Amino acid sequence: MTGLRLTLALAVLTPASLIVAIMVGAVSLPATEVLGSLIGIGDDGRTALIVEAIRLPRALLTGLVGALLAICGAAMQGLFRNPLADPSLIGVTAGASVGASLMIVFGGTLAGLGGLSLISLGAFAGGAGAVALVYRLATGSGGTSVATMLLAGIAIAALAGSAGGLLEFHASNEMLRRISLWRMGGLEGANWARVGIVGVIAAIVLVALPRQAGALNALLLGESEARHLGIPVNAVKRRLILLTAAGVGVSVAVAGAITFVGLVVPHIVRMLIGPDHRWLLPASALAGAILLLWADILARTLVAPTELPVGLLTALLGAPFFISLLRRRHEYGMA
Amino acid sequence: MTLSIRNLHLTINGRRLLDDISLAVAPGEVLGVIGPNGAGKTSLIHAVIGDLAPHHGEIRFGNRRLADWPDRERACAAALLPQFSTLGFPFSVREVVRLGRGPHGTGRRIDEVIVDEACAATDIAHLRQRPYTHLSGGEKQRVQLARVLTQIWRAEDAPSRLLLLDEPVAALDIGHQQLVTQQVRRFADQGVAVIMVQHDISLAARCADRLIALRDGRHIAEGRPADVVTEPVLRRLFDTDARVIAHPDTGTPVVLHG
Repeated sequence: MTGLRLTLALAVLTPASLIVAIMVGAVSLPATEVLGSLIGIGDDGRTALIVEAIRLPRALLTGLVGALLAICGAAMQGLFRNPLADPSLIGVTAGASVGASLMIVFGGTLAGLGGLSLISLGAFAGGAGAVALVYRLATGSGGTSVATMLLAGIAIAALAGSAGGLLEFHASNEMLRRISLWRMGGLEGANWARVGIVGVIAAIVLVALPRQAGALNALLLGESEARHLGIPVNAVKRRLILLTAAGVGVSVAVAGAITFVGLVVPHIVRMLIGPDHRWLLPASALAGAILLLWADILARTLVAPTELPVGLLTALLGAPFFISLLRRRHEYGMA
Repeated sequence: MTLSIRNLHLTINGRRLLDDISLAVAPGEVLGVIGPNGAGKTSLIHAVIGDLAPHHGEIRFGNRRLADWPDRERACAAALLPQFSTLGFPFSVREVVRLGRGPHGTGRRIDEVIVDEACAATDIAHLRQRPYTHLSGGEKQRVQLARVLTQIWRAEDAPSRLLLLDEPVAALDIGHQQLVTQQVRRFADQGVAVIMVQHDISLAARCADRLIALRDGRHIAEGRPADVVTEPVLRRLFDTDARVIAHPDTGTPVVLHG
């Protein structure tokens, strides 16, 4: 399959998935009414209310978070030249988890800020702090060492893991349940304020990362090879890490730790169209949005009226598809 | 433009890799670098391209220090074939070779023609659609060479060109060794200055205009192949006895050992 064809197909499927996500729920809405109220010609006030206040912000947030996680995963796999890399590798998820747990355990009754809960703010701060630490550890006079970064990420994640464990030890049963639900990820907190915040970051990341596609392609050859091709390698690394930290940090802050999307979506796309980042990055973003939209649809409907954590379903949906591709990996040029 | 290196000292982590090396390579000239393992051959060409910052000394290409060239401009003029390649992602051969055009911005139409020419020159045209990860070691080496040649393919893309090769034929059969040395000569004939690190001394003697012999980062001998490849120099370089005879057809020195 060519990159162009897959990207076009995904570009059609994404809005379709978005509309299905708005149709499905406790009250199912027919497609015509959804479309009508989206373009503002709906005459049914109840439908318009459900769409505008509940379903549309949630669907948009879901799509944006899925796109951010997947495109950041693709960028990290390119930067680390390792198809097993995922955005959590630079410490952002582990740090966010500690930040969120801290707020759950000690935050008490403090209020949030600008539509974001205290937990979200804690998660974002924790994620940003962890990335900054990992980056500092791996950066010396000769630039940033990707190999050291990998190890520093593992060390910081281990440290964050035990800090999280200590917090859990200290937490009450109710807090424990909130912490573990946060870890599974969920989009039930969607509102327009969150869509706005994530939308701004997503607009930046989704435009800026594809501009690094040529540099990422050269980086796959090796860092010095990329430098020989005229790529300012250290500046590119800094840009990629900053964009990923922002993209994943804000995703984790609003939706908790959603695993799998950042690791496997770019992998699946690469198997289908090859490693050329000029197509890999946009196609991964679209595929990530679609996967998370469908996972969230299932999360809301499988055991309605209760909701499942969406993080449980991303793997449930994506893993079988990924396994089927793995069995045919030789066709895609993998060893 | 001539590449000139003056009094180059290179120390990394307290280890002295190059000790007072001076040399010059004129346009159209092929300089072969020989010496035992760890002599500083690879360090020399990586210092030239700017990967390793010299502790002391100066590397100029034309009248400017190479370190002062902007990244893109340097990439259009100078290319380096590394000893090993670690590309583990399944780009097609064509995509790998095309990466060499990255710095240029000459447009897709011109680039595609150059990629095809470079693939033909290195005998990988039949592999163009294959994933790089499926190739044999020698095929991979030729693909990397095609990529590097693509980077400095046309004289009009840079005021002057420099080609640095780290063991370009190490994994190749003798037929392809011949092909690659012919291509190196063809580039030199167009005015490219070439530095080629080479383990096979007979091969280096055959395709280089001049040889420089290094040991422990020091300059041991330099000059025409027949003057450098002699039994006393080889003994100083490798601590082993080797016989040198003249090639029956070309007269260049051939090393017999073992």
